Amino acid sequence: MKNKTSVVPREGEAQPSRCPDNSAFKQQRLPAWKPQLTIGSVLSSFFLTGAFCLTVGVCLVLSANSVREVQIDYSDKCSNCSKLRENSSNWNKECHCSINFTLKEDILGDVFMYYGLQNFYQNHRRYVKSRSDAQLLGRNVNIQRSYCAPFSTYRNGTPMAPCGAIANSMFNDTIDLFYNYNSSVIQVPLLKTGNSWWTDKNVKFRNPESSNLSAAFAGTARPPYWQKPAYLLDEEDERNNGYVNDDFIVWMRVSAFATFRNLYRRLRRVRRFAEGLPAGNYTFRISYNFPVTKFKGRKHVILSTVVWSGGSNPFLGIAYLVSGTAATLAGFVITAIHLKLRKKKTYFQKQ
Amino acid sequence: MDRKLRCQDSGFWGCLAAVTEVLGCIEVTGCCVIEEERRVRANAREYNEKFQYASNCIKTSKYNIVTFLPVNLFEQFQEVANTYFLFLLILQLIPQISSLSWFTTIVPLVLVLTITAVKDATDDYFRHKSDNQVNNRQSQVLIGGVLRQEQWMNVRVGDIIKLENNQFVAADLLLLSSSEPHGLCYIETAELDGETNMKVRQAIPVTAELGDTSQLACFDGEVICEPPNNKLDKFGGTLYWKDNKYPLSNQNMLLRGCVLRNTEWCFGLVIFAGPDTKLMQNSGRTKFKRTSIDRLMNTLVLWIFGFLVCMGVILAIGNAIWEHEVGVCFQIYLPWDEGVHSAFFSGFLSFWSYIIILNTVVPISLYVSVEVIRLGHSYFINWDKKMYCAKRRTPAEARTTTLNEELGQVEYIFSDKTGTLTQNIMVFSKCSVNGHSYGDVQDMLGHKAELGERPEPVDFSFNPLADPRFQFWDPSLLEAVKLGDLHVHEFFRLLSLCHTVMSEEKSEGELLYKAQSPDEGALVTAARNFGFVFRSRTPKTITVQELGQAITYQLLAILDFNNIRKRMSVIVRSPEGKIRLYCKGADTILLERLHPLNQELTSITTDHLNEYAGEGLRTLVLAYRDLEESYYKDWSERLHRAGSVPEAREDHLARLYDEVEHDMMLLGATAIEDKLQQGVPETIAILTLANIKIWVLTGDKQETAVNIGYSCKMLTDDMTEVFVVTGHTVLEVREELRKAREKMMDASRSVCNGFSYQEKLSSNLTSVLEAIAGEYALVINGHSLAHALEADMEVEFLETACACKAVICCRVTPLQKAQVVELVKKYKKAVTLAIGDGANDVSMIKTAHIGVGISGQEGIQAVLASDYSFSQFKFLQRLLLVHGRWSYLRMCKFLCYFFYKNFAFTMVHFWFGFFCGFSAQTVYDQYFITLYNIVYTSLPVLAMGVFDQDVPEQRSMEYPKLYEPGQLNLLFNKREFFICIAQGIYTSILMFFIPYGVFADATRDDGAQLADYQSFAVTVATSLVIVVSVQIGLDTGFWTAINHFFIWGSLAAYFTILFTMHSDGLFRMFPNQFRFVGNAQNTLAQPTVWLTIALTAVVCIVPVVAFRFLKLDLKPELSDTVRYTQLVRKKQKTQHRCMRHAGRAGSRRSGYAFSHQEGFGELIMSGKNMRLSSLALSSFAPRPSASWIDTLRKKKGGEGSSAGSPSGAADKTLRV
Repeated sequence: MKNKTSVVPREGEAQPSRCPDNSAFKQQRLPAWKPQLTIGSVLSSFFLTGAFCLTVGVCLVLSANSVREVQIDYSDKCSNCSKLRENSSNWNKECHCSINFTLKEDILGDVFMYYGLQNFYQNHRRYVKSRSDAQLLGRNVNIQRSYCAPFSTYRNGTPMAPCGAIANSMFNDTIDLFYNYNSSVIQVPLLKTGNSWWTDKNVKFRNPESSNLSAAFAGTARPPYWQKPAYLLDEEDERNNGYVNDDFIVWMRVSAFATFRNLYRRLRRVRRFAEGLPAGNYTFRISYNFPVTKFKGRKHVILSTVVWSGGSNPFLGIAYLVSGTAATLAGFVITAIHLKLRKKKTYFQKQ
Repeated sequence: MDRKLRCQDSGFWGCLAAVTEVLGCIEVTGCCVIEEERRVRANAREYNEKFQYASNCIKTSKYNIVTFLPVNLFEQFQEVANTYFLFLLILQLIPQISSLSWFTTIVPLVLVLTITAVKDATDDYFRHKSDNQVNNRQSQVLIGGVLRQEQWMNVRVGDIIKLENNQFVAADLLLLSSSEPHGLCYIETAELDGETNMKVRQAIPVTAELGDTSQLACFDGEVICEPPNNKLDKFGGTLYWKDNKYPLSNQNMLLRGCVLRNTEWCFGLVIFAGPDTKLMQNSGRTKFKRTSIDRLMNTLVLWIFGFLVCMGVILAIGNAIWEHEVGVCFQIYLPWDEGVHSAFFSGFLSFWSYIIILNTVVPISLYVSVEVIRLGHSYFINWDKKMYCAKRRTPAEARTTTLNEELGQVEYIFSDKTGTLTQNIMVFSKCSVNGHSYGDVQDMLGHKAELGERPEPVDFSFNPLADPRFQFWDPSLLEAVKLGDLHVHEFFRLLSLCHTVMSEEKSEGELLYKAQSPDEGALVTAARNFGFVFRSRTPKTITVQELGQAITYQLLAILDFNNIRKRMSVIVRSPEGKIRLYCKGADTILLERLHPLNQELTSITTDHLNEYAGEGLRTLVLAYRDLEESYYKDWSERLHRAGSVPEAREDHLARLYDEVEHDMMLLGATAIEDKLQQGVPETIAILTLANIKIWVLTGDKQETAVNIGYSCKMLTDDMTEVFVVTGHTVLEVREELRKAREKMMDASRSVCNGFSYQEKLSSNLTSVLEAIAGEYALVINGHSLAHALEADMEVEFLETACACKAVICCRVTPLQKAQVVELVKKYKKAVTLAIGDGANDVSMIKTAHIGVGISGQEGIQAVLASDYSFSQFKFLQRLLLVHGRWSYLRMCKFLCYFFYKNFAFTMVHFWFGFFCGFSAQTVYDQYFITLYNIVYTSLPVLAMGVFDQDVPEQRSMEYPKLYEPGQLNLLFNKREFFICIAQGIYTSILMFFIPYGVFADATRDDGAQLADYQSFAVTVATSLVIVVSVQIGLDTGFWTAINHFFIWGSLAAYFTILFTMHSDGLFRMFPNQFRFVGNAQNTLAQPTVWLTIALTAVVCIVPVVAFRFLKLDLKPELSDTVRYTQLVRKKQKTQHRCMRHAGRAGSRRSGYAFSHQEGFGELIMSGKNMRLSSLALSSFAPRPSASWIDTLRKKKGGEGSSAGSPSGAADKTLRV
């Protein structure tokens, strides 16, 4: 207190005692655990860590190796189509191409079909924020105020539904898989729903409320790169149409890196395909709509199975093996150093 | 009374009135014309209003209701950090730049601003309250001839006010008249200078007659005086009244803040009011002290800013290239923002975007957390029971909360002697009268014997007025009094007359003396017991009961004591009419002013004086002079004239005093014992072992100071040599210093070979002197010091002094004390601490990095100026070795971890930049960024910063060498900082690239996508929180329940908040804000994600553990060793004791704890002391080798034996 006049004069020492409390807290004597790095605890932790990492690593590598995967780059194989798409004025011209491949052995179990993109910067800041989650939740919001620009409204003021760069650039190739069996061509049955996260499908995306879907989207227009409006994304299945379309939902979950794969279809395990994909010749029939050549991107189609640790990525397993080995080695090195030091000590003592 | 209450009573208009009142207060005080002299006419408000003097309304508060917000915010934004964050906030409002939501910056900023504002507001509220209380105090003002009750704030300059007993003085008043005879009045000045003894003020005779209100109402004198200033003990002015001039001095003034005592009433004329009063002029802001950690932190923050800009530039260039190469082709899907037409401009914008997202390398919470931690440490100091003095009922007090960690880095202590090292309890122990020395104990046991061994004290029962507490051991003095030895009578007569003690006689015979200094009290009490009882005084008389007979002397003049004169005299007229001057003072001064006749006596007395001083006693010389009536008349005439000249009055008076105190006859000398404070030698010894250098700066004479130095173990007989510098001229001083250095170097030359010595000599002086072997001490005198402190000699002096183990400066002035501190601060780059208790230490306390005040007997001025205060010197060891050491350790650990965690957190963005087109996309959810520093990671590190302990407090007293890391600044310096940063960057790399490796092409176990941005964000964030939590767990060495609660609680809070933020409900309410809906449960359900997190944690933590362990194992710090020996202590107990005995051979110092440390201290010194050059080491080695090798052998042996059974050692760790 700077102003001493403000101190009220004390009449005969009113306070009982100015002695601080004798509490453990105030005297800094709280009971405490005082861990210390001792040779025992350090070495045991190193060897335990090493053992743990090696075990996990082996499991991961083994399971990753059991994954079957077919990956086909079709960005060049359909060169005519890619040339066509380079000119944006041809946007409504259809272009199809077929790619044949052979499975030497059966792929058993659940088979998933992915499309993969390379060099497509879905994680760019301006791209990531260019969406209106309120709109995708079926709310009637003013998308002018969202970050959708420049894909928010047309010049005449008609709002885009859905708005934003993410929605506008949606992957719109259609890929069908055919099995060539004894010169007959059988279309492999594929599921187009159930590919997205449950929470996305049921919480995050909602169609606007209305009697029917086209009425719900009345007064809006499709994004400029779309060939058909949102309410026609899946005409067969009412629950897979509009904003809740699985392909759309999967696309809207932007990837972390510029190279990514998104789940496209799942094998419907019926009849001939009940066990998975039998060995033999197959054909992808692709309706080629999505231009990638301009930004030097590549497109893949991937067939893969999964295990408990996900897909075929060996990175995690190898990383575990490496760090497990390193931890164990470090354990030995530390032991060696410690022992050497102790030797020196004894020597000193003898002097 | 309370304004707040009034506000409630009178509603809005009342409040407004209150506000305008305050505003009015500002207007008046805001006068900015510089006053040259002050003219005040009594009872003439209109006349006085012309000058626009400040009113008596005091305003120490800074804000009112209206101005609080703008003024407080303005003040807060003057802090660079706050402005920086405001700037970031503004940047974020630009949509092209904004890479984060506005709230990620505004939430922490608002939080910080609010905490500070609330603190300021409460402080100010209390100031308002006390202001109101003061301003609304009642006083009686004479208006229009009638006394009216007025509030203090309505008192104006020129008013005459009436004070009653025990009232506070409302403003600086000129005392006009009082109830007591001769216009005397008594005041207590505790609020002003902390002195609790009473002081006398006297009205000038002409106004003293104005007893009643009607006379006073007609009083129209005009005072012309000095402008407002802060000199409490000086006032110069003149009263013009009825064509006469009357000089005014401080003796006539009643200052605001004093309390009227023992006086029924008095009248005073208001000269200075409100902010102009001396009290308010003195309450200036104290200089803000910063710690070295603070300064380092500021530098580092600047570097980090530089680093931030560099990162921004790199990423901006990256962005420009990317947009030019890739983005331009990608424009069909992602067109450039409006207004962005070139890749270059895009890069420019992204620079700012990155500045925003990378700003968390210097989080705003750093400064707040540091303050919180320091506050916690201050409370621990205040709460420490072991620094509570039961006798004086004073706990230790941390008066500033910003310096705590510097207490752990002190290298130099500057200590006052009186009241600090010594108790300032004076006991009249010996005297020399007319060449005969009295006071030696007549016993063969010797005078230094303990109290219990002494013979019976002298019996004073013959004297009914004797003070029963007074004890004296030499009966021959009383014999002499009883036999009527005239010299002895005159000796005690002098003691009973020549002083400024006030007496109070509550009941007949029960005398109570109130003395300004304890010396004086002791002397007067001695005279009282020997039958010369000072009974009462009036301004003109002194009544003394001389051997039962009351004699009243006429007091003609008091020639008061001051620091320059170092003596005081009184001139009295005895009942027989003889005029005599009695003088007592310092020997150096007084012996020069004696009559030549005294030569023989002088030499005997000087011998006695030397003898007394050798015993550490304080001495005074007594003398008298008979004055001729005519001479006195002439002299007093001149004195009166000199007193009425306002300019240079002090000089005139000093010259006149000088003239009369001449040719005096020597009576004798007194010796007073100055008792040491408790535990001083032990404390000094421990602090010395902690490598802290202690310099004693005292106003005492050399012999006394040296003696105290010996008795408190600063100087020991083991010392190679004690240099004494007493030169009077520059040349002499220089020569003496040079000789001292030469001797020290000769000694060191003998222990090292000539070659290296020559080499050293050619290099600079410092290194040579730092390598001095042997223990030296330096004693320097005040006048030598004055020369030594001159610009051309100060370095020389400093180097010599610093090579010595102990330095004692005696006879120094307060200014010199400050100069010495300043000198060390300037050249040594070491942390200095000054400790003292009196007003003369204030300058030194303010100058040093840390000022400690002893709340002792000399008043509270030192305490008011200090940063820490307690009542015993011995608490200093606890303050430094326990609190300071812990504070430093905690602060360093805190800073290391804090920088680490923020680099680990932020640098992930940098790596991500290379993969997201340098678009300033954040890795984490915006809420995570907002909460990371203020919720997820703040409390565990705060808990560590407040509670951590490496070794128990007893150990840091036992092993003072534990203090050394702080002095050498080892725990947090630029190197440590870079290690933390490197660790943070290492963590961030793993934190990014491991998930990156995993997430490329990753799918969930149900085939759905996993490599999406949001899952990545959650994975990285979770592993970050886990890694930094494990790291804090590793750093925390002292897990109290609170640490457990905070660490586990933070993790729990993270997951709770994560799941809440990703919940359906919040998303439905704000779909655009909480777009991570469902992410937590989806991502964290994947085994891959958990394996990724586990791997990241392992890879981040394991190398740290390895490094820490190896460092511990190969190059243990002393604290590690101490911690380790804790474990094996019991086993070694017996062995330990043997070693101790070996170590203390030859040491003169006694005491169990003491030599124990010495043994250990040598171990450290020989092995660990990093500052010692090889030269010093070699010179150290021969002497202590035997003991330290023993110690070392024992220690290493203990370590080795336990290392054999690692699991056993680990078990013990857990148990301790």
